[in-house]
Amino acid sequence: MAGSGTAHLRDRADALLRVEHLVVEFPAAGRGRKVHAVSDVSLDVLPGETLGLVGESGCGKSTLGRAVMQLPRPTSGSVRFGGQELTALKGEPLRRLRPQMQMIFQDPISSLNPRRRVGDIVAEPLAVWRSGQSHGDVQAAVRAVLADVGLDYDTAADRLPHQFSGGQCQRISIARALVLEPKLLVCDEPVSALDVSVQAQILNLLEDMKARYGLTMLFIAHDLAVVKSISDRVAVMYLGKLCEVAPSDGLYDAPTHPYTAALLASIPVPNPEVRPGVGGGTLSNDLPSPIDPPSGCRFRTRCPRAGQRCAEEEPVLRHCGDDHWVACHFPVGKLGQALSHTGPDAMAD
Amino acid sequence: MPEPQPDPASADVEHGSTGRRRLGLLFWASVGWLGLIATLAATADWLPIPDPTRPGVAPARQPPTLHHLLGVDVLGRDMLSRTIHGARVSLVVGFSSIAFGLLVGGAVGVLAGYFRGRFEAIAMGTVDVLLAFPALVFALALVSFLGPSLGTVTLAIGVLSIAPIARIIRASTLAFAQREFVLAARTVGARHRRIIVNEILPNVIPAAVSFALVAVAVAIVSEGALAFLGLSVAAPTPTWGSMINEGRTVLQDAPHISFVPSAAMFLTVLALNFAGDSLRARFDVGEGRL
Repeated sequence: MAGSGTAHLRDRADALLRVEHLVVEFPAAGRGRKVHAVSDVSLDVLPGETLGLVGESGCGKSTLGRAVMQLPRPTSGSVRFGGQELTALKGEPLRRLRPQMQMIFQDPISSLNPRRRVGDIVAEPLAVWRSGQSHGDVQAAVRAVLADVGLDYDTAADRLPHQFSGGQCQRISIARALVLEPKLLVCDEPVSALDVSVQAQILNLLEDMKARYGLTMLFIAHDLAVVKSISDRVAVMYLGKLCEVAPSDGLYDAPTHPYTAALLASIPVPNPEVRPGVGGGTLSNDLPSPIDPPSGCRFRTRCPRAGQRCAEEEPVLRHCGDDHWVACHFPVGKLGQALSHTGPDAMAD
Repeated sequence: MPEPQPDPASADVEHGSTGRRRLGLLFWASVGWLGLIATLAATADWLPIPDPTRPGVAPARQPPTLHHLLGVDVLGRDMLSRTIHGARVSLVVGFSSIAFGLLVGGAVGVLAGYFRGRFEAIAMGTVDVLLAFPALVFALALVSFLGPSLGTVTLAIGVLSIAPIARIIRASTLAFAQREFVLAARTVGARHRRIIVNEILPNVIPAAVSFALVAVAVAIVSEGALAFLGLSVAAPTPTWGSMINEGRTVLQDAPHISFVPSAAMFLTVLALNFAGDSLRARFDVGEGRL
């Protein structure tokens, strides 16, 4: 799985977000050692689209989301937002673009300042950008956005975050992100810390807000089931690389990368007759260290189909179906078989 | 489908149990003692007590009597008057040195913890050097250079308090600067100054204040130690430390001469510690639930 390559990028000028060859590395303990958190990932998101980004913990998906926001900046690669190259911007010009792209975080408690009142937290973006606005206008805007996320200004505004449940805190975070009416919303595992019943509420809320505010979303999660319901297109990440990119339905109907197949097979089915792991095979071993990733295909150490070629040659994303892209030498499933018959790389273009 | 709103009644119950924790008798007793000492020290000149520097108001080393409630010292000076006047030095040195340390050390700590990088390396390296420097040698050097006075003692203790305060504040800042609400403020486009003022300081200050109260207690003891060595305010101005020192030689005959200022210092330090602890507990917002 390599996931290098840009064949899956759609050749459209209106893409709201276009990430190319993004690399994020952190210094690790020891001289010259680096954590390869994100290695040569390319993505694009069209206006109004939701791109789901899935992968297990530690695969670099949150790092990718933050690199898109330039917090911190990526090591190399290009992030273009509405035609603007963000990696080339610094200081004030970058700051001026920030209201157009907002982020919500995994931990609803940690993402709210415990010492500030909810009304002030949600009004903070307005205080930064519309300091000339009257108190009444600010309050009206906060009241409106809180109502949009299902909270009542009069009961909520004077309270501190710890007086709310996790789901309510996540609503407050969403309100803060939306009050500036951004174009792009990066959701970094927004529901992983919540109870399942509350997860559904927050996902529905995000869908509603997407429609109401005309949002484009980059939705990061480790749970394929969560991503499926909300995404138009899904990208599967493994150890800093992309494995498979496909429309949501296509990915779930015909997983083509062995890793995607294994992930889908690991979704629990509420039926005692169904044996876990049948079909895709479960994954053995742990995620290899991102400090010293495997050669060739990074997934090969855990892949049931890995062969000699996987250690030597890094697979590149290639076309295997209707807007369906996979980075694997030995893809699985019906699309994978078709790909094997036509021979490797025959459909790459 | 929104979750149910917290209804006001149940929320108020919750508020009562966690938000408005009672400060308790111990806190108010501590504040009362500190208030009493501060008031007495401030109004000492108008109180109906003898001049603290006038010798021979009663036979030397006289134990407590009705006329001299806390007795008199080796030169026949009134102990009550000396203890009250001595509180001036202790309190002024204690609070102003820590205020100085908090201003400098707090600023260094917050900036180092927030900006990290090279500034942090240099600032914290300097702090480590300061910590490694023998405190007494520094105080001795400063006093012998500037001469013993209230200002010199305050400066010496203030400078010595910078390093530990900077470390504590940096650690506290670090913990908050990595929280996601700071990242959220950055994604909004808030400038560093705004983030420090609005997001970091409200979280760091409560811890800083309670630590500062404990530090004031340490500063008062340090002033006592310096006075004991004759490095504080020059005689005959009384300070608690110099009074303990004067009583040291006659500890067996007239224990009250050392005991009275020691007790005053002990109670004040204890009160500061209790007050600091109670404040920290009181302003600890209910996090970590969920």
